[in-house]
Amino acid sequence: MKRFVAKKVEELQPSGIRVFFDLVLGMKEVISLGVGEPDFVTPWQIREAGIYSLEQGFTSYTSNKGLYKLRLSINRHLKAQYGLDYSPDEEILITVGVSEGVDLCLRACLEPEDKVLIPVPSYVSYGPVTELAGGIPVYIDTSSNGFKLTCRMIEEAVDKKTKAIVLNYPVNPTGVSYTKKELAALSNVILKHKLLCICDEVYADLTYDFEHTVFATLPGMRERTVYLNGFSKSYAMTGWRIGYACAPAEIIAAMTKIHQYTIMCVPITAQMAACEAMHSCRKDVEEMKREYRRRRELVVARLNDMGLACRKPEGAFYAFPSIKKTKLTSMQFAERLLKEQKVAVVPGTAFGACGEGFLRISYASSMDNLKEALNRIEVFLKSL
Amino acid sequence: MDEILEILEKDGRSTPEEIAKMLKRKPQKVREAIRKFEKEGVILKYKAVINRELMRESDNRVRALIEVNVTPQKDVGFDKVAERIYSFPEVSSCYLISGTYDLLLIVEGSNLHTVSQFVAEKLSPLENVKGTTTHFLLKKYKEDGVILKHREENKRIAISY
Repeated sequence: MKRFVAKKVEELQPSGIRVFFDLVLGMKEVISLGVGEPDFVTPWQIREAGIYSLEQGFTSYTSNKGLYKLRLSINRHLKAQYGLDYSPDEEILITVGVSEGVDLCLRACLEPEDKVLIPVPSYVSYGPVTELAGGIPVYIDTSSNGFKLTCRMIEEAVDKKTKAIVLNYPVNPTGVSYTKKELAALSNVILKHKLLCICDEVYADLTYDFEHTVFATLPGMRERTVYLNGFSKSYAMTGWRIGYACAPAEIIAAMTKIHQYTIMCVPITAQMAACEAMHSCRKDVEEMKREYRRRRELVVARLNDMGLACRKPEGAFYAFPSIKKTKLTSMQFAERLLKEQKVAVVPGTAFGACGEGFLRISYASSMDNLKEALNRIEVFLKSL
Repeated sequence: MDEILEILEKDGRSTPEEIAKMLKRKPQKVREAIRKFEKEGVILKYKAVINRELMRESDNRVRALIEVNVTPQKDVGFDKVAERIYSFPEVSSCYLISGTYDLLLIVEGSNLHTVSQFVAEKLSPLENVKGTTTHFLLKKYKEDGVILKHREENKRIAISY
């Protein structure tokens, strides 16, 4: 019988590690360092604001772009923190997390067969969403330079059909981030080739060694950048599914068209809670960051001590150590570690083939869990 | 607050080696700093936070908050009176506060009777104590920043991108 699923969806690369994920989910008493979200619960003021909004009867639609109040506080926050001015009326759209923002932007901007540069290893959605939007993902392997994208890599990958580049930093899964100087260099190449920049900066608040630079603040970049951010990582609000896109008015108008027909608007409860996050929780962000930084130091030092070479990640909450010297593949290592020591990590290959020989270790886990898990990893290494 | 103190306040079992890694300092330096804190009395002691309601053996210990009105003494004010009161081992905390009374005590005893006895026989008869009001504690929800509940199950899924 002829099946119903469209060819282009059927041909989408299924995630090669689904089986491994199922294995983890089926096991009990596992210490998981495989989680891509904060281990903190959303701060109470934010949860309380959500509950209160329900009590007050805020259960309706909002405007497609999102509550004006929220767009205004995003405008003020970006102005105060980065000197960036996006009009709350025309240049800001509230989205269902950054994921929706990436999808909207690609669908709004890509013509069939337009190419999109995607530095890898990367978060899993950029490639598939590009394909669904009719584009062609061009993956740039960054492993030769400690997972840092260089101008030369862009030059080698770009051609006449290249329309856009996805820049995610700090990077999930490697924790790499870029200084202002490094970004300025990249922006010159991007300008030269007139690329659209899709910037996923959702981990921006978790940058440890230098100030995060918003790509749109670099000379000439604002007009060609879609700045995406959200509340998930900074405010531990992953399950609320709320983020925002800032871009020139014509791009936001186009994205809003798709958003209004598909999503209509982000749930009002999440929007009300996000208003509170913007309003009163910046200090919680700082506190979380301090805690993450300490965990980063501990995890990276312990991994290097036990012989797993690990560069120090500048941001996010991931360490990306090399396991090449064990002669195991990422998948073998992760599977055996899970079965023998009950510690879950994500094989680097989940984020692109060039992640082979690496693991993503999330330190969004309590200090106690981290210490125990690191001890077990050490035991595992000695048993090899 | 010093970051070493912040870490130890969260988990008193953190070793100097672990703290050194977290803060990128030398273990020896951290050990010295901790010793200094201990010597100066900044760190007073290390202890476990116990949720008595979950202990297997029955525990009838009672706690009371006691408001005490006192007559301050010449030259030494409240301090001398407070000292006479907080020196009783039954008194686990003692605060001087503003408002309608002067000292707030937290008193612990093995049962209701011992606490009442303490108030009637030791506290009230003191020369400078003008009056007391005793409130027995019925249930503890949160203490020193710790919510006293069963450890909550992790609600996150075990693995995600």
